[in-house]
Amino acid sequence: MTATAWSPVDVLREMWSLPFMVNAFRAGTLVAVLAGVTGWFMVARRQTFAGHTLSVVGFPGAAGAVLLGVPVWVGYVGFTVVTGLVLSRGSAGGSAGGSVGREEDSALIGTVQAFALACGFWFVVLYAGLLGGTTSLLFGSFLAITTGQVTFLLALTVAVVAVLAVLGRRLLLATVDPAVAQARGVPVRALDAVFLVLLAVSVAATVQVTGALLVFALLVLPAAAAQRLTARPALAVAMSVLIGAAVVWTALTVAFFSPYPFGFWLTALAFAVYVAAAAWGRTRERAR
Amino acid sequence: MFSHPFMVHALVAGTAVAVVAGPIGYLLVIRGQVFGADALSHVTFTGALAALAAGLDLRVGLFGAAVAGALGLGLLGRRGRPDDVVIGGVFAFVLGLGVLFLSLYSSGRSGAHGTAGVGVLFGSILGLDAGQVTVTAALAVAVLVTLAVMGRPLLFATVDEAVAGARGVPVRLIGTAFLVLVGVTAAQATQVVGALLILGLLAAPGGAALRLSNRPAVAVGLAAVIAVVSVWTGLIASYALPSMPPSFAVIAVATGIFVVAAAASTWSRGRRRDA
Repeated sequence: MTATAWSPVDVLREMWSLPFMVNAFRAGTLVAVLAGVTGWFMVARRQTFAGHTLSVVGFPGAAGAVLLGVPVWVGYVGFTVVTGLVLSRGSAGGSAGGSVGREEDSALIGTVQAFALACGFWFVVLYAGLLGGTTSLLFGSFLAITTGQVTFLLALTVAVVAVLAVLGRRLLLATVDPAVAQARGVPVRALDAVFLVLLAVSVAATVQVTGALLVFALLVLPAAAAQRLTARPALAVAMSVLIGAAVVWTALTVAFFSPYPFGFWLTALAFAVYVAAAAWGRTRERAR
Repeated sequence: MFSHPFMVHALVAGTAVAVVAGPIGYLLVIRGQVFGADALSHVTFTGALAALAAGLDLRVGLFGAAVAGALGLGLLGRRGRPDDVVIGGVFAFVLGLGVLFLSLYSSGRSGAHGTAGVGVLFGSILGLDAGQVTVTAALAVAVLVTLAVMGRPLLFATVDEAVAGARGVPVRLIGTAFLVLVGVTAAQATQVVGALLILGLLAAPGGAALRLSNRPAVAVGLAAVIAVVSVWTGLIASYALPSMPPSFAVIAVATGIFVVAAAASTWSRGRRRDA
């Protein structure tokens, strides 16, 4: 039988006969949902830089957890949530100061990011044995996802989506027009902190599949593509989740049959979708 | 400490990089382009690994990718200031390419190449030779001279883009030229603190200087001093404590100075408000 005679069903059946691939698909789907939903809010709120910083913080989180001998997810969640709180405190202080603007925010975010990565590097050096594992912490490995991790991811996904479902409308108002939101009694600053913590939790979940350096691709690209395709928030969130899931599934399948790494396929496919969406959005604008 | 040639090389190269990174970082902060620098620093990683995978000198990839990335960012954006989402999207993809090159490079050869990625990501300041130090110092001088020449129009274009444009300042050209300088700085700094940590040497001294002084000329100088002090203190600390990698120590000192500067400016602002 030649490779061309394979039907999609055969392909899926072959991959899913391996337990680790089943777990990879489950985890990938959950992660796509998480990253799609929070990523859309991140893009709408123009917090991509903060999002990228939160993503890379997964690396010192994991390295620190390995060094201390605690479960890796404790490190991921602990480090990202603390960073989320630091970032939200920084921006809250900035807006209260009046003269202090967004520029200082970005200096803070950049400093936090570099410091976190430097800590991660130090942890790795201290642990010494992990050096080969650094690459997989940074770029992910979907081959070693356990059933326990999938359950954990499911719990996180349900929690984050539930919180966002409750807060979504107010968060959206605070995003689009903070002044009006404040006048209507929406606690804008508290919402900002809550959102950064949610983003942190999503990143902590996603990082286990994609690695610290590539979480950001799943966070920003499907959401940015969805934003180009529709202006309606609910539809855009749904699209961003669908695009994310389609990209993860395709990337896992292609990576399974090709010698090149999953991280490359994930980012390349997501980027292709984004470029296509941007081109489509532009032609539609011109047609009007 | 100075009896070891590698420490002398590290101090000279580190100083050269810091003297440039401070002022560039300050300008990045006031132009609100720290995220762009973040993207460029990741682009250098992909460039370095692409060069390694193709069997070229690492620096060809570093500088090539950084300058190409800077021109790309300049073209993508309106008036040389691209949108954050576009930057994010592009550099997420570029990092993915970096992963591809890393796997091409480390799978095609023996195990010793497996850690090449780690060196590029986190720097190897103690492994510089005299030739690299000379190149680093020469480039630092070139960047500083360019910056001195275009400093005034750049600042004008930063503070009020519209007025600067109306007065005949080529805003877009200057924005792109500045990004190229950022790219060159990032490529240089990659050899010292690594692609992932450059951002600290750019954002922390720049952010600290902005909080300490409102006058651009003073702040640029301050940023350079803070960056140099960070590099020196970091190198000395890691010499005293060999288990601490130099790039961590450098970034930790820079972060510490940023925190102190932020606290000091908040405190003095509070006092002024009370008075």
